[in-house]
Amino acid sequence: MKRLAILITLLLAFAGPTMAIAAEPQASLPEIEDEVMCPVCGTLLGLSHSPAAERQRVFIRKLIDQGKDKEEIKDALVAEYGGQVLAMPENRGIDVWAYAVPVIGFGLAAIGVIWAIVAWRRRRPGPDEEQTESGPSREEDERLDQDMARFDL
Amino acid sequence: MNWRTGIVVLCIAALLGFLVWGLVKKGDSSLAIGEPVPVATLPTLPEGGEGSIEDFRGQWVLLNVWASWCGPCKEESPALDRFEEANRDQIAVVGIDTKDLNGDALAFLREFNIEYPQFRDASGDYTDGELKTTGVPESFLIDPEGNLVAHYPGPFKDEAAIEAFASPALDDAASPGETEGSS
Repeated sequence: MKRLAILITLLLAFAGPTMAIAAEPQASLPEIEDEVMCPVCGTLLGLSHSPAAERQRVFIRKLIDQGKDKEEIKDALVAEYGGQVLAMPENRGIDVWAYAVPVIGFGLAAIGVIWAIVAWRRRRPGPDEEQTESGPSREEDERLDQDMARFDL
Repeated sequence: MNWRTGIVVLCIAALLGFLVWGLVKKGDSSLAIGEPVPVATLPTLPEGGEGSIEDFRGQWVLLNVWASWCGPCKEESPALDRFEEANRDQIAVVGIDTKDLNGDALAFLREFNIEYPQFRDASGDYTDGELKTTGVPESFLIDPEGNLVAHYPGPFKDEAAIEAFASPALDDAASPGETEGSS
């Protein structure tokens, strides 16, 4: 009997903290509310107080109490409502384009700006070129020399 | 016109095209009476199967879109259930649970003892996107050919309101020859 009591005490001593760790919250409602949508209102869950949003919160709280982390909870929400429940698209499958398109667009815009600057700089005449263009032509030089000679200057 | 001007014109035309398309899409806000009702394969409730309203082709269908979090859906549910029991030979009542938690939907069906066929549209893609519902509850009356006969946004007040809405189906059952001949 004494041995049994010791065994139970030992089990409780070791199993108790383990169970407590398992049920310890790994996520919080506010951080999940900022990353998922209310499927009915079309806004972030954190901004909605509709009955559907309240049910969604109850569901999330239950999973938090079960010790699920943020990703597990988001996966459970996707299983319930579909992918649209996520405020940010997932970075896999066709959703990758949501991230890729802005990057590609920014890259193309940067290339366009660089190309425009280079083209503009090429078109702008250099200091020597400017002098040559604005200076007198050979005919003008000859006429100038003739005039100078005529007036004996 | 040089190629640069051409590209600019093309971009502006594309932008205008998108704007016009967006306006046209927005204006097209509900299903037209007489048009075929879109079909989609959906999971059934309770879980474990798949189906579509196409499975009911050849019968009149009262399609009721609902959600467990919706108060008016709860209010109309007993009347809908009584109507289904009384008229199941003339018309198939079919439910679609939308944007809802699976557990909540099952609890709703148990609470109201609903036994008629149910589908689940968790994302709302079918109800919002195809049926173009504006909220819940919302009901559609579909003829045996799969065309929309009537549309009822909002909850039915009582059983009489459901009977009035479903009268084309009930009349058809009462005098099948006449209605078939007239349509």
